[in-house]
Amino acid sequence: MTEQSDQTLDSVEERFPEVVNRDEREGYAGYVVAPDSLLSFAKTLRDELGYDYLSCVTGVDYLPNGKMEVVYHAYRTSGGPALVFKVQVPRQNPVVDSLVEIYPGADFQEREAWDLFGIQFRGHPNLRRILMWDGFEGHPMRKDYQEAYFVDESKPFGNRWPEGKVYRSEDRTEYFKNVKYPEEALDSLTAEGDNKLYASMGRDASANGGRQDGGLHTERMIVNLGPQHPSTHGVFRMVATLEGETIVDLEPVMGYLHRNHEKIGERNTYIMNMPFTDRLDYVTSMSNNFGYALAVEKLMGITPPERADYIRVLMAELTRVVSHMWAIGFLLNDLGAFFTPALYAIKEREIILDIFEATAGSRMMCNYFRFGGVARDLPDGVPDTLRDLVFERLPRRVDELDRYLTDNEIVRSRCIGVGVLTPERAVDLSAAGPILRASGIPYDVRRADPYSLYERFDFNVAVRHNGDVYDRYLIRLDEIRESMRILRQVLDQMPADGEIQAGKPVYQVRVPAGEAYGRVEGPKGELGFYVVSNGSPNPWRYHVRPPSFINLTSLGEMCKGQKIADAVAVLGSIDIVLGEVDR
Amino acid sequence: MYGIGIVKGLGVTLWHFVETYIDDLRWLGRRYYNDEALAVRQGPEGRGVFTVQYPEEKLPIPEEFRFLPFLVYEQDEDGTAHDRCTSCGICAKVCPPQCIWIVRSDDPDTGRPVPEPAEFYIDTDICMNCGLCAEFCPFDAIKMDHDFELSSYDRFEGHIYNKAKLSRPVDYYASIRPTNYTREEINRAEKEFKKSRRGR
Repeated sequence: MTEQSDQTLDSVEERFPEVVNRDEREGYAGYVVAPDSLLSFAKTLRDELGYDYLSCVTGVDYLPNGKMEVVYHAYRTSGGPALVFKVQVPRQNPVVDSLVEIYPGADFQEREAWDLFGIQFRGHPNLRRILMWDGFEGHPMRKDYQEAYFVDESKPFGNRWPEGKVYRSEDRTEYFKNVKYPEEALDSLTAEGDNKLYASMGRDASANGGRQDGGLHTERMIVNLGPQHPSTHGVFRMVATLEGETIVDLEPVMGYLHRNHEKIGERNTYIMNMPFTDRLDYVTSMSNNFGYALAVEKLMGITPPERADYIRVLMAELTRVVSHMWAIGFLLNDLGAFFTPALYAIKEREIILDIFEATAGSRMMCNYFRFGGVARDLPDGVPDTLRDLVFERLPRRVDELDRYLTDNEIVRSRCIGVGVLTPERAVDLSAAGPILRASGIPYDVRRADPYSLYERFDFNVAVRHNGDVYDRYLIRLDEIRESMRILRQVLDQMPADGEIQAGKPVYQVRVPAGEAYGRVEGPKGELGFYVVSNGSPNPWRYHVRPPSFINLTSLGEMCKGQKIADAVAVLGSIDIVLGEVDR
Repeated sequence: MYGIGIVKGLGVTLWHFVETYIDDLRWLGRRYYNDEALAVRQGPEGRGVFTVQYPEEKLPIPEEFRFLPFLVYEQDEDGTAHDRCTSCGICAKVCPPQCIWIVRSDDPDTGRPVPEPAEFYIDTDICMNCGLCAEFCPFDAIKMDHDFELSSYDRFEGHIYNKAKLSRPVDYYASIRPTNYTREEINRAEKEFKKSRRGR
């Protein structure tokens, strides 16, 4: 449902007669590209039409039509709405050309689509599973796949009411029975997948470190950081090829926390997904709510009343402060300043979480947004606390954090010039949020494609130009300050009273058939929700564009040539949350 | 000069260290185990360490805090309890992890459904404390509790709560959520009033 500028429209259709058609389905937008001309179409898009940023790649399984569709969302980094294009292939043997050559940022997302949908990407250099484990049978996001403990195609499950025969799922199944994998799976659990991975990482490239001058004999070796490593922010693994202490190649391995959030989302009704989005990036649940609410509201064609919108922006910006505080604190943790800076940052977060708790009912799992508004109004006392916080305390505390860390010589020597990502590569690799802006690309969804009330507020898009770890630290401080500017405006402009919900709250919303992509500038980058409805109470497709997952695409590149100890700092500067990376 | 930044930073650390002691003096030694001090300490005026001396001290629980649902029942003057729940099943239908099981009760004589649940189960291992059941219950019969200290030695059996374990009197509800309770009672009274007017 994203609007497209007319100029592009004309030129795209003129340029590719017959092979590029407008998507004529009711409620859909964008173009359907013939599979054969995908590569040339993408090239034209990037080189001539200026759509240099491929944000979101995902699959949709149209089981009734026997089609598998790949949906692409591309943007111009100069701003403006998305250009959506799709490729449809038969469901039996879906093969699509890989766009990694043209948009390297498609790398992980295409691997994910292969993993979850079984769509093959021809020409992808590294088409391995990414979230599921090697040896997993089937592709779980396909509509005909049934998970373990399967009950029904969609919630609400029939056996809960009116004849609720209570049971625990775990009791119902014998161990191993309801989990589908080949019988010889246990025997076949080999290190094959890892070996393949290691082999692709250039271990054997030069047994003597390329040295011919008779210097110190070195050998390339593979080092696994993780999965359970104190500096990987969760269960996350980095496989690094080292030559001495220098990283030659680095590959992130994830999926240890995978729970197939999207499959759960497609079983759920629309409203049920709201609390599940909290669990994506559990540091920023309000932003997650925001993105999902926007997507479904686009489909439903409703807008929240003004006061609700102000409350939404308020919560989203508070979340940004929280998340950036957290990111700075834990970056310092990763640099070896164990927990003192982190706790100073978390202290401020604590007050904000108390506000969330008083308003939404929970500190982290807020579940606060509803379609067409928010769940409840701000309770008494919260606006006053917010004023104290935003006008008095937080600005001082951010300055203190600045004084505390920015000039610290150790921080500077560990961070400046480390993990550099050039602007060109940042765009190519679809980096988002602070990573992109620290590399000199002033792209912020709040400004580039404004949603909610962001057009009303006066704020700067923070940008830094060196693209190293230090700039990624600084940009978070900048953004906290900008967020506080927005917060001050929100508190001054917010109507004192008013509706907080458009229409009557209902437990099962009617969502017309169609597709929608709602995106917000989450603290970690562009957080998008792609929702396809077929008119039933459950979404047909529910996809999350997870910023921390896609930002990891550039991790390997940032780490190459750095020392192994810096890999941890670079990872800390990306600020990942595994709940979102693994979903 | 090299090292100035570090010294400046250590100054901040030192100030954080000293600040708690200054705050301690300000409260004349009553900084801890004192509800009044706790409220200030944890708010935007708070200075020094934020640590709460749990379990001797507990953070005040805001009204909207939600942790596990309970069922509200009303009591007659003679003490008989009436469930507010009519077993309409909306909570079971809106529950995201589907942790609510309800059995409707039938009148033994006529065999027709009676608006009271025969059985009501919540699997607290699965409940995600989202509060949607309480939000969408049209009879204000299921509400979110404040009691979060539920640790037990039992891993499975006691975690599926039955109707007896879930039920709480309406007074309890009024005590933990006074604002919500008052608002709902006013709404209810208005509705009754309108109904009685229409009836006349």
